[in-house]
Amino acid sequence: MKTHNGSFDEHAVLHHLAHFLPAQNPLKDFVHHNTLHAFQHKNFHKALQEATTIFGYKTYLSLEDFRQRYANSEINEKVLDKILIESKGQSNLDLWKEKLIHQNYDESINPRIGSLRSHWKKEYAINLEKSTHSILFRVLCSYLDQGIAMWNFPIHDQGFLASIITIEKNSIKGIFTSKRAKELLNSNASITQLLEIIVGKEELFEQYLFDQQFSHPGWSGMIATIESNPSSLLDAKAITFEELVKFELLLEIDALDKKFNSNWSPLGLKVRPEEFNLFENVRYNELFDVLSLWQQAFEWSFYDQVLSNVQHVKENDSREVPTFQGLFCMDDRECSFRRHIEHFDNSAATFGTPAFFNFEFYFQPVNGKFHTKLCPAPVTPKYLIKEEYRKKKQATDLHYHKQSHSLFFGWIISQTLGFSAAFKLFLNIFKPSMSPATTASFKHLHKKSKLIIENFDIDKKEDNLQVGFSVVEMADRVEGLLKSIGLVENFSPIVYVVGHGATSINNTHYAGYDCGACCGRPSSVNAKVASFAANHIKVRELLKLRGIDIPTTTQFLPALHDTTRDEIAFYDEDTLSDINKALHQQNVITFAKALEHNAKERSRRFDTIETNESLEKVHEKVKKRSLSLFEPRPELNHATNAMCIVGRRNLSKQLFLDRRSFLNSFDYKVDPSGDYLAVILGAIAPVGGGINLEYYFSRVDNQKLGAGSKLPHNVMGLIGVANGIDGDLRPGLPSQMIEVHDPVRLLVIAEHFPDKVKYAISKNPATYEWFKNDWVKLIAIHPESKEIFVFNEEEFVVYKTVSKEAHYIKNEQELFEKTKENLPIGILTNA
Amino acid sequence: MNDILQYFLLLPLLGFVISLLIPEAKEKTISWTAFGTVFIQLIGLVIFIFIWIFQGGDDLNLKEITFLKTANYEFFIDFYFDKISAVYLFVGALLTSMITTYSRYYLHREKGYKRFFNTVLFFFFGYNLAILSGNFETLFIGWEIIGISSFLLIAFYRERYLPVKNAFKVFSIYRIGDVGLILTMWASHHLFHENITFMKLNNYELVNEHLQSHSLIGVFIALSLACAAAAKSAQIPFSSWLPRAMEGPTPSSAIFYGSLSVHLGVFLMLRTYPFWEHQTSMRIAIGLMGLVTSVAASLMARVQSSVKSQVAYSSISQIGIIFIEIALGLETLALIHFAGNAFLRTYQLLVSPSVVSYLIRDQFYNFQPKENKTTFFFPKKIENTLYILALKEFNLESFQNLILWKPLKTIGKTLDFLNINRVYYFFVPLYVLGFLAYKFKLNLPVQLISILPELFAFIGLVFVFKSFSERKSPFLAWILIVLNHFWIALAIVFNEKVSVSEILVYLAGIVIAGIIGYVALLKLKKMEMRILINQYLGHIYEHPSFAFFFLLATLGITGFPITTTFIGEDLIFSHIGSNQVFLAFFVSSSFIVSGIAGIRIYARLFLGPHVKTYHELPYKSS
Repeated sequence: MKTHNGSFDEHAVLHHLAHFLPAQNPLKDFVHHNTLHAFQHKNFHKALQEATTIFGYKTYLSLEDFRQRYANSEINEKVLDKILIESKGQSNLDLWKEKLIHQNYDESINPRIGSLRSHWKKEYAINLEKSTHSILFRVLCSYLDQGIAMWNFPIHDQGFLASIITIEKNSIKGIFTSKRAKELLNSNASITQLLEIIVGKEELFEQYLFDQQFSHPGWSGMIATIESNPSSLLDAKAITFEELVKFELLLEIDALDKKFNSNWSPLGLKVRPEEFNLFENVRYNELFDVLSLWQQAFEWSFYDQVLSNVQHVKENDSREVPTFQGLFCMDDRECSFRRHIEHFDNSAATFGTPAFFNFEFYFQPVNGKFHTKLCPAPVTPKYLIKEEYRKKKQATDLHYHKQSHSLFFGWIISQTLGFSAAFKLFLNIFKPSMSPATTASFKHLHKKSKLIIENFDIDKKEDNLQVGFSVVEMADRVEGLLKSIGLVENFSPIVYVVGHGATSINNTHYAGYDCGACCGRPSSVNAKVASFAANHIKVRELLKLRGIDIPTTTQFLPALHDTTRDEIAFYDEDTLSDINKALHQQNVITFAKALEHNAKERSRRFDTIETNESLEKVHEKVKKRSLSLFEPRPELNHATNAMCIVGRRNLSKQLFLDRRSFLNSFDYKVDPSGDYLAVILGAIAPVGGGINLEYYFSRVDNQKLGAGSKLPHNVMGLIGVANGIDGDLRPGLPSQMIEVHDPVRLLVIAEHFPDKVKYAISKNPATYEWFKNDWVKLIAIHPESKEIFVFNEEEFVVYKTVSKEAHYIKNEQELFEKTKENLPIGILTNA
Repeated sequence: MNDILQYFLLLPLLGFVISLLIPEAKEKTISWTAFGTVFIQLIGLVIFIFIWIFQGGDDLNLKEITFLKTANYEFFIDFYFDKISAVYLFVGALLTSMITTYSRYYLHREKGYKRFFNTVLFFFFGYNLAILSGNFETLFIGWEIIGISSFLLIAFYRERYLPVKNAFKVFSIYRIGDVGLILTMWASHHLFHENITFMKLNNYELVNEHLQSHSLIGVFIALSLACAAAAKSAQIPFSSWLPRAMEGPTPSSAIFYGSLSVHLGVFLMLRTYPFWEHQTSMRIAIGLMGLVTSVAASLMARVQSSVKSQVAYSSISQIGIIFIEIALGLETLALIHFAGNAFLRTYQLLVSPSVVSYLIRDQFYNFQPKENKTTFFFPKKIENTLYILALKEFNLESFQNLILWKPLKTIGKTLDFLNINRVYYFFVPLYVLGFLAYKFKLNLPVQLISILPELFAFIGLVFVFKSFSERKSPFLAWILIVLNHFWIALAIVFNEKVSVSEILVYLAGIVIAGIIGYVALLKLKKMEMRILINQYLGHIYEHPSFAFFFLLATLGITGFPITTTFIGEDLIFSHIGSNQVFLAFFVSSSFIVSGIAGIRIYARLFLGPHVKTYHELPYKSS
């Protein structure tokens, strides 16, 4: 019902508003995404300036930081000069260099957001936020609570506002005190009507709502996300963003009435409307020009280093059958693991691909009451994989028992379990061990689990999902997987399909540590499903018809790499043939060595581990971190990620990339048309780019775009974290995850002919936006001439590297003990 | 044996001082100092307790030093050790040693690593002092140290709005509780005519003899004690501060607000139990308070949907039960309950981030959809009402606001016409007039003389009210606090026995700290131009060490035990006659409010979101 004919369109404004809010899922489904997704249709630098001017985010490092990096030669002077000449012309070089290095700028931010609503304090001396936020957050959190409270919201099955109305009607003392607010609630007044009362002037409605919602973007974003993705709550609760806005407006009326007895006039009458124009054109500001130039110089100092080395790689095109092949996740954390494997077994071959291995499905473990999605977040699978029945006992810990908070049981528990708590704490401090509260990657799929993977009856459905994949469906997926990574011949006796997961405790962001291609879960089930399909005789027959001839002696073996502990678990080892069993024993040794060295390489970033200790000791300490209650950094996840190589392993095999690169295997010869490349880049932009930009923005503004320090975090309703008990939710990454990260955009290097790469990115407009607007930087490497092309203003142009020489590294092991900082990218001479 | 007691205080003090001297960057040295201090204390304590038990476990008393002695007044530090001290000291040292180990890694690379351990050690010193105290004066020093270190720990993330706001709130409640303790000291001076030690409180004949003739004072003291204990242990109506104290890093919340700090009220009740044991009405009252608290807090705990507030309220409800246990005379049970509750809540808070994965897994496998069912004896209407009430924390926040802060601000606002110049115009003549009245008091009517002290004390009180509600000038707020003490001095001076030297002891600290603070304010104004205290300014971002010195000055003028004023305050009180209840009330109130107003100036100027926006700034709602 619209009572108004004016220009204010409630739904359009709410939609617009929700688009700008943080889009982070509840904790269990934490997936990385571009924090400033709402600005993605604009050029990167333009968008950053607008985000700062309108919303007050800091979007670049500070000038001082850039200048310090320049002084430390982290920013290369030649690169800086090149960038200044390209954008300002040779004649202006000195002028701009002076500006960048010496000129003083006022870096204060006075955002447009919040300016209208701040007039409540000026005109009425009322702190509206103080009177509304606390109760608003409490009611929202209690309504959405997934299992913390012992006493749940009394009415929860009618939708949010309907529940509130029922409670108000059926209680002696409700949430609201003002009569008017109650009446408006019961009459279901529209947002427009409520704004008439509070703001009065229609041209100010939009800004008022933006101001209001951006005074607590955490909760607003969470509600908007839950509305669009209700399945992210296991204990389903219906709520809409519109209801939140209405409820908050009612609370405001309530607070104002309480203080002024309805003797107050709308805020709009006290201000001059023409002063408020949230989305008015953002004008040129030299500071942002300077910052964007610094940012480019910073990025290209790194990019140029990478590209000059890439160009100098001498390929070693051996046609031998490798000892074994391994499929790994494209994740940057597998970058060094693969290098170590190939180092210890020179003829092993590794491949990178998103670790859902092209099998998208929901998973239901034994006794599970719900389905878990195991594929990239935007995909909606039609399949269900179930675990066969087995006896399973769930470990419990009484210290987490809710009854410890009740009066009587609390009395007993505190005098009994209280003392064992002290003992447990003592044990964990001095000897951390696995506990029921540990999130361990290996718990995701039990070694002895059997899965129902093959579907024999298309009609067999549960919850509208087909149970298992038919042979053809499996063949399609295996074909897609193998062709996209270019593994179509030369199969080794064993092909490992290695998923990954993480182990941590006391970590609210655990989902962000697991496989991003599996919606923040370990990818072991996907590895197992993919291996089953690839081993299936009928699937192989079909594959043979499609040009992929896998020898019968070749077996696919699923495994899971724990990236926190650097351990690996293999599944279904007893299905291996005797010959392969023997070969596998050899490979296990290679894996073990690689894991130890990988742990050592990782340890150099941890202040609390001495990297030069023995391998075993370092590895032991790395493992201990994952179980320590007091370790806020069990691993560093994607911190320092900066690039992604899409091409043959030959291109990257000799490169030392310092764990900073996503690696997606791809062979241009297998995909002459560029269609598989389109799929790969279509995933890398949102996944790799999303991870990269979330790290970028959490790093440059850890307060507004990140979650701040995780040390004071308090878990709210199992869906989010806040500071203290009255705070707003804190989306984004905590400071402990991003402190070592250098905010540079993702450099995507694709190995194919430039016109094919252009074709691949322009196939899907959503993908194209990422590249067109420079949210990731795209490079095409000509596979034959090795010439480098950079994608600039929608065209590929030749790029000549500033440094003409490659950097050679004799022994990377020695480097690990030298520094905790980023190491230079280089070519390994021992690879 | 007695003499060893003091080493359990010297050690934490030494550790604290050493930790102050270590440079910020030396994380390892800082954390080892903290851990070493606490761990040695723990080992020493265990050995000590063993020997003590072996030797029969008699109560120990050590009269340490006398700071000031006049004809009928003596201020001395006294230590006392018995079963209660043993349990509290042991639990404190054990938990603190575990927490310092825990925090060594947990706070790694956190901005403020050193500050955290400094404050923890300071707290630890204050805690031990309070537990080992042998008289109210010594207890009060420890009590104050705990208050200020709590403020600093809650406001650990000082660049955000909510921690600072809540730290200030908690500090204010603590000060309210302190009124109870000050009045206790005052009344017990009059009851016992000496600075009574806890050792002597155990003497039934002595206590009983004094109480026989002054049963009203007895009730008054017991009530004051209960008030102090209720505030410190978050009993009704003070409960809502505890969950709001959970703003610092999780380990500090776990140990202080989950366990040690919040059980201090229990300690006070246990310690003074021999005193009110025979006042049956008081035992009933304290038991009832415990009962109401435990029921209300457990209701509030049930509706909490955030982990830390859930633990906080369930801890309060258990403390309520402990109060009942004490009132019933079940001392040993109360001690066991205290230790168990302290350990359990510390652990639950420390593992609180784990509940996400633990409970979500639990939900994944064991989920039962909830039903809206109505039970026969619990109609939906009552259930809804109770739920909303519990969710709103029984309106405790607005109740406190209505009873405590609103009147304070309203009275303060009546003085809105005051500015710095007018203060002088107003203050000097009036004060001279008061002084003349004192000089010629023999010539004035007795009725007038008898109300003058109250009048002057009241003016002083109104001054600090104004200081508390001042929204613009920090100078004015500062001066009003200083002047308040002059008014109190004038009020007291009417009492015949007061000597000039006593007044000097009282005012010396104030004057020195007042001048230092004033100069500091001038300097700050020179640097930052506009320093209006109508909002948080966050200047600590640019001037951290400057802020530290200003904090010291603030503590100085508010009577914190770093200047002679602290002893002076106690001295002043000894001169307030037992018939001058109003005077005692005004003076104690102005001590309390001036403490709050002083910290408010510090907080407004230096803490909270920085007014300069050239760096990352958090949302106000975070």
